[in-house]
Amino acid sequence: MEPFERYRPIIDDFDAFLAACERPLGNAARINTIKGSVERTLEALDEEGVAYEQADWNPRVVRLETDSPGSTWTSFHGLTHGQEEVSAVPPVVLDPQPGERVWDSCAAPGGKATQLAALMDDRGTVVANDNNLGRISALRFNAERLGATSLAVTNADARTYSLKRFPFDEFDRALVDAPCSCEGTIRKNPDALDNWNEGHISSVSGIQKGILRRAVQATREGGTVVYSTCTFAPEENEAVVQHALENEACRVVDFDLGLKHSSGLSEWDDETFDDSLERAARIYPHQNDTGGFFVAKLEVTAE
Amino acid sequence: MSDNDGQRFDRLPETDTERTVEGRASRKEVIDYFEDRFGIPPETFADYTFWEKGAGKIWIYAGEAPTPIEIEAIGMTCLRTRQEHWKPTTDFVQRFGQFATDCVIELEREQARAFAAGEDQDLEWWDGDWGYLIAAHELAGDLEPLGIGLYVHGELRSMVPKGRQRDI
Repeated sequence: MEPFERYRPIIDDFDAFLAACERPLGNAARINTIKGSVERTLEALDEEGVAYEQADWNPRVVRLETDSPGSTWTSFHGLTHGQEEVSAVPPVVLDPQPGERVWDSCAAPGGKATQLAALMDDRGTVVANDNNLGRISALRFNAERLGATSLAVTNADARTYSLKRFPFDEFDRALVDAPCSCEGTIRKNPDALDNWNEGHISSVSGIQKGILRRAVQATREGGTVVYSTCTFAPEENEAVVQHALENEACRVVDFDLGLKHSSGLSEWDDETFDDSLERAARIYPHQNDTGGFFVAKLEVTAE
Repeated sequence: MSDNDGQRFDRLPETDTERTVEGRASRKEVIDYFEDRFGIPPETFADYTFWEKGAGKIWIYAGEAPTPIEIEAIGMTCLRTRQEHWKPTTDFVQRFGQFATDCVIELEREQARAFAAGEDQDLEWWDGDWGYLIAAHELAGDLEPLGIGLYVHGELRSMVPKGRQRDI
């Protein structure tokens, strides 16, 4: 937990934050509405005797009281998908509509890409990309298990992504759920901080900036880009969005979020960020008993 | 007629007369198969396109794409053609099997468990067709498809792929 000391000045009730990080996380799942309605899936869970609690902020997210969430009928049928509660936030903020063209730039293993498809009633085009061919097999497995027919899976570097292979030249929306230092997953992966160092944060933030810039470029004017990470480091969050604001035509916009959260930062170390970064959301583990997450919503503007 | 290129996705021709690749199924043949074998209404697939990649592997897709296209996946695999008996995939059956009226074998809970675990079982009471069947069981008040089984000589063989098998 030593690396988290740097966040003491920015996190309210820092001791509660540290205590939450020490506690293991329960099993959460997303109800996959491509395969069945929320009501029917809840009925199936009842029938099986699997206890659950629906999330207040999202009726499609349930906290399951079982030690083997993968060995239930609802999981076998693809009616539920094991997915951390906060990881279901970015697709909801992106708010894709049926029939749209949507890019998930870093899509493997596919929890969010299939959630985007479900939010679109599985109609439209979700281009699910990942640069890691090994992780694409997990993405494909999940997409098929969940019955997502609107996914087109590509294997490319998101920073230089080309739309030439598709019959359209821009997306309506894009999700950049960026590779990151994963500090916020400490409750699921107790060794998440083992290789932590500022050098790593600095190098991964360069990649994040490249992906977010490409996402803004590839999205139509008036379209939406959501940037998210499962980490607390401002270098990977506000600083990345700030970089996009300075170099691409976009602005940070407000969004509603039914989970407790803190505002994005307007300064960190010696760096100041645009005031609009306060519209971003920082979700800390002690606020809702979840993992940690950062989400910012951008609108693509005229050049 | 040209040969099938296994490295890319090609959209299926509408009918046999528009076929340019040797041995490739047409969209009509695929939709007819699902209707003839399982009673799935053709209009179920009105908003989907069908694609072939690899020899005989058919994919069903709801999005936009040009043909041909070289990407990792397009929608989901639905059917294996280019063999005597066409074989739907378990994932397709779980997604579209609720529209089937024929060749659906309804299993009791224990039989469904064995099926999901990938086990073969003797089910001599079945008096319908032999061959590929949709196995289903009752879940939350409705029949829910489990996957594809092969029924021969009084035995139902689970075709649930290894990675999808579960002990429930």
